Amino acid sequence: MNIEILLKLIVILAPLSLAALGGATSIYAPLQHQSVDVEHWVSVREFLDLFAIARVTPGPGSMLGTLIGWKVAGLAGALTASLALYLPSSALVFAVGHVWHRHRGKKWHTALETGLAPIGSGLLFAGVVTLARVAAEGILPICIIAGVAALMMWRPRLHPFVFLLGGGCLCYGLYLSGL
Amino acid sequence: MTGDLSRWIIGHKIKAQHWRRRGKKPEGDRVEQGEKVPLGAIYRVFFEIGLFSFGGGLVAWIHREAVDIRKWMTNEEFLSGVALTQIMPGVNSTNTAIYVGQRLRGLPGAATALGAMLTGPFCAVLLAAVFYQYLLGLPGFQEAMVGVAAAAIGMLLRTGIASAKMTTKGLVPALMMVLTFIAVGILRYPLIPVVCVMGPISVALAFWRTPSVPEERA
Repeated sequence: MNIEILLKLIVILAPLSLAALGGATSIYAPLQHQSVDVEHWVSVREFLDLFAIARVTPGPGSMLGTLIGWKVAGLAGALTASLALYLPSSALVFAVGHVWHRHRGKKWHTALETGLAPIGSGLLFAGVVTLARVAAEGILPICIIAGVAALMMWRPRLHPFVFLLGGGCLCYGLYLSGL
Repeated sequence: MTGDLSRWIIGHKIKAQHWRRRGKKPEGDRVEQGEKVPLGAIYRVFFEIGLFSFGGGLVAWIHREAVDIRKWMTNEEFLSGVALTQIMPGVNSTNTAIYVGQRLRGLPGAATALGAMLTGPFCAVLLAAVFYQYLLGLPGFQEAMVGVAAAAIGMLLRTGIASAKMTTKGLVPALMMVLTFIAVGILRYPLIPVVCVMGPISVALAFWRTPSVPEERA
């Protein structure tokens, strides 16, 4: 019975792992469909709660799958769901990386590296804008973003946790003071 | 005249280095200094990053640890890895961790980095699931999380600026970077097609500009 559920988790989540192009956001919809409508593992309300938990805890948003595994089959379900979600895509990255690292030093590899690096930079900036659109409404988060970036340039060795804590405390303080 | 002479000498130096490098086969799982990074160190770094990963500024943090502080790899190596792993399925941050771990120690390194990235969040998410009604009910909790996420985005912005300074030595790479940013960040074109178009163009231009002997890397 339990094994059956675990197998079902693998069958549903492993393909989603390979379909998760561009991160966790692309698997929310199919995950919801499968776990709520098809398998009736969780109710819509529960799904939304789990989604909120995955957002406020550290780690990727696809930890939502881990939570659903935990909901249906306890710790074994959580572990199974995590492995099913991360192993397939990770194996693919590893395989491509293997080929990539093996040809280090060749001319085409150097060209690929110097050619792809600015694309990577551009994607970092795009990530800033995309995330800010979702997570930062209003003037305060924008100020924090700019402030942290400036502070990090000034003091690059300061521990990132300091910035995260500072940002959290600032918003919490403003909340307490009623702004 | 003297300029020509020095260029000729430097050219020969680079060629000599090139041949020396070709003599010994480059191995994928070793850092160039020949020193192996301990798996424990990989685990520590990525465990910490995973545990404090709020809001998605993670690639910035990995860049800070692997490139800025520990000098595990060059900026170009890291960024090309970012471009490479972003077009593959899965979470960007864990993909980047696998890329770095693999570069340092092959399969054990990649497995260590992935495991370390996920241990903290795995435990945190289960703990939170147990206590979540209480957490969400805490006054100010969600407001504080907005601040944490904004700080993480700020870190990402700083990494973008720092990496842009290092990679875009010249008009062409700068143009490639700006076009990619506009397409994905402003116009919100889907990432995969953009990289599939911009990537080959940028690489072709880089190939054309790469001298037939590889430039010495810092």
